[in-house]
Amino acid sequence: MMNIFIISGGRVIDPATGVDEELDILIQDGQIRKVAKRVVAKGARIIDAKDKVVTPGFVDIHTHLREPGREDEETVLTGTRAASVGGFTSILCMPNTDPVIDDESVVRFIVRKQEEAGFSRVYPVGAITKGLRGEELAEIGHMVKAGAVAISDDGNSVMNAEIMRRALEYAKMFRIPVVAHCEDTHLTAGGVMNEGYYSTLYGMRGVPAAAEEAMVARDIILTEFTGSHLHVAHVSTKGSIELIRRAKERGVRVTADTAPHYFTLNDSMLKDYDTNLKVNPPLRSAEDVQEVKQGLRDGTIDSIATDHAPHTQTEKEMEFDVAPSGIVGLETALSLVLRELVEPGVLSLADALGKLSFRPAGVVNLPFGTLRTGSPADVTVFDPQREWVCDPAKFFSKSKNSPFKGWKFRGTIEYLFVNGSLTVEDGRLVSSTVA
Amino acid sequence: MRLNRKDLLGLEQLSKEEIELFLDTATSLREVSERPIRKVPTLRGKTIVNLFLEASTRTKSSFELAAKRLSADTVNISAASSSILKGETLLDTARNLEAMKIDAVVVRHSSPGAAVFLARKLAVPVINGGDGIHEHPTQGLLDLLTIRDRKGRIEGLQVAIVGDIAHSRVARSDIFGLSKLGADVRVCGPPTLIPRDIERLGVGVHHELRKALREVDVVIVLRIQREREKAGVLPSIREYRSLFMIDKEALSSAREDVLVMHPGPINRGVELDPEVADSTQSAILAQVTNGIAVRMAVLYLLIGSR
Repeated sequence: MMNIFIISGGRVIDPATGVDEELDILIQDGQIRKVAKRVVAKGARIIDAKDKVVTPGFVDIHTHLREPGREDEETVLTGTRAASVGGFTSILCMPNTDPVIDDESVVRFIVRKQEEAGFSRVYPVGAITKGLRGEELAEIGHMVKAGAVAISDDGNSVMNAEIMRRALEYAKMFRIPVVAHCEDTHLTAGGVMNEGYYSTLYGMRGVPAAAEEAMVARDIILTEFTGSHLHVAHVSTKGSIELIRRAKERGVRVTADTAPHYFTLNDSMLKDYDTNLKVNPPLRSAEDVQEVKQGLRDGTIDSIATDHAPHTQTEKEMEFDVAPSGIVGLETALSLVLRELVEPGVLSLADALGKLSFRPAGVVNLPFGTLRTGSPADVTVFDPQREWVCDPAKFFSKSKNSPFKGWKFRGTIEYLFVNGSLTVEDGRLVSSTVA
Repeated sequence: MRLNRKDLLGLEQLSKEEIELFLDTATSLREVSERPIRKVPTLRGKTIVNLFLEASTRTKSSFELAAKRLSADTVNISAASSSILKGETLLDTARNLEAMKIDAVVVRHSSPGAAVFLARKLAVPVINGGDGIHEHPTQGLLDLLTIRDRKGRIEGLQVAIVGDIAHSRVARSDIFGLSKLGADVRVCGPPTLIPRDIERLGVGVHHELRKALREVDVVIVLRIQREREKAGVLPSIREYRSLFMIDKEALSSAREDVLVMHPGPINRGVELDPEVADSTQSAILAQVTNGIAVRMAVLYLLIGSR
């Protein structure tokens, strides 16, 4: 039987349980069946994981798959292939598609597309408001029933506080978080980069940190008032982190993530007007970058999400202020985490992996992110030492908008199991055995 | 000294020596415009494209005259006549022009970095004729030349730049150029028109006009755009005038021989009192004349030596 595997002799790190030792893992019928010093099973295929790290499959709670509507940028198929080779076994996709994921039919469409693709799992994030317009609540209950695991008007902040209050209240009934892209769009109007010394130097209109922080503050207040669960997406400023830290201390149910570019890149790097560095929120100051790392270290920032945002080369080869915002991130996330967080000692390897697995899974109540016996067999096996040079032309993602071209990285995904199926083998994508 | 660069994108990247080379070359080319036949054959057979994708009258005509006085052929493309309105990208437009075998592109564009973007993609020299709120290097050079003519030096001068610093490419180019040549620069305007952390460029910041002008040798007055009222950064032009307009009284705290400059076009009676604009202290028309000399120097140094 090919659906029995033993991952043998690897360093098993399960941040959810604190396990970190050389162990074997038995996978059968889509489940983790046994984790022990030495496992034997008849008919099992042995995966040699010596000198590799064996860890729960990564969970990315913030991606853009662009389907339906912008299949020239990404599709569910290409995006989930990119996710698999990046070590992600589950991803959430944001609702700013065309049509918007604001009713159950679009949720079902994406779920079906994922089933056809057969690579990493996909969980749609439904819109908070119809058409992402910020005016009327979308049919959240129907979307949850169809498979949505959170709601967000990502990319568009819900500017009307009354709508945001009602969304938070309503979402409580389904025990799902409201994922907030925090941006006061009056404060950011016309802005294309972080406001500060470098926007002054490079002559670009600024996006103030205050635009993010004012909204984080408002949403925390509304969350405290409604007793709901707020998840703040892609935290990028020192002030936001401080607000979230204090809210957590008060017991407010607020969680947060940041993206690799916010702990890696800063606003001084925009001197060549490289549109691959244009993101929203914008790359912040070097001081903010330090604070993001501190927030990750002290637990204020629970998880790391890629905000994988594909755009075509034609769209990006434009003047900086008209080019769209976004960076593709699924295929560089692990290496950036290792390089920027683990190697400098900001996080232990186990803590870093936890922020890619059980912590984001917990934000949206998915049963993934652990290697406990009986868990779904979503497993990532990576070589922490193997070197590679980033070449976006080789990405599985349809889009190549990465600022990391030419960067020398460590860390390659060697094997990936999704629901017990071998999806990546020896670093190569294999077509999934899921029927 | 020879200029060792393909493009002129801003004054920020230039060394003091490079700036001086432009100014010295402009000084020697100035007499061409004084001849009965205002033309030299230096760039004969060269083609220069003026790609002006944002409205401009004086910069465009200044570049065109500069090119013609050097005997270059010029083609003017403006936003209204360009393919960009039909959906062609800036990059495609520029590549098409290059395919027509041209020798340089002068680009004026509303997006900061547009000239940097083109320079990276094109093999021919790209000259920034103003990119959004970023830089306007030939304006910076002509301001430097005008100051150097009138004051005999730049080093050690006290220069005030007054007005909408935040949205001014002229302010940035002037600050970079003046600082590199050793002038002491301060900016003055309401806080809503002063960009963040500008002190880190080495300039003083003032919000009170009289104080800002104390003992200055030069005051550069910037145009106030009427859109600023709508954008919510100025309550009214009337209030701006009462707080920041440069008039005789405001200038009384400056040095007696203060030089008044303005990149044009002037809003008479808004940022600058007509009485001052037309006085002997004003170098505004000298700036325009120097603009041609500076642009001749830029074209000559970037194209002539290739």
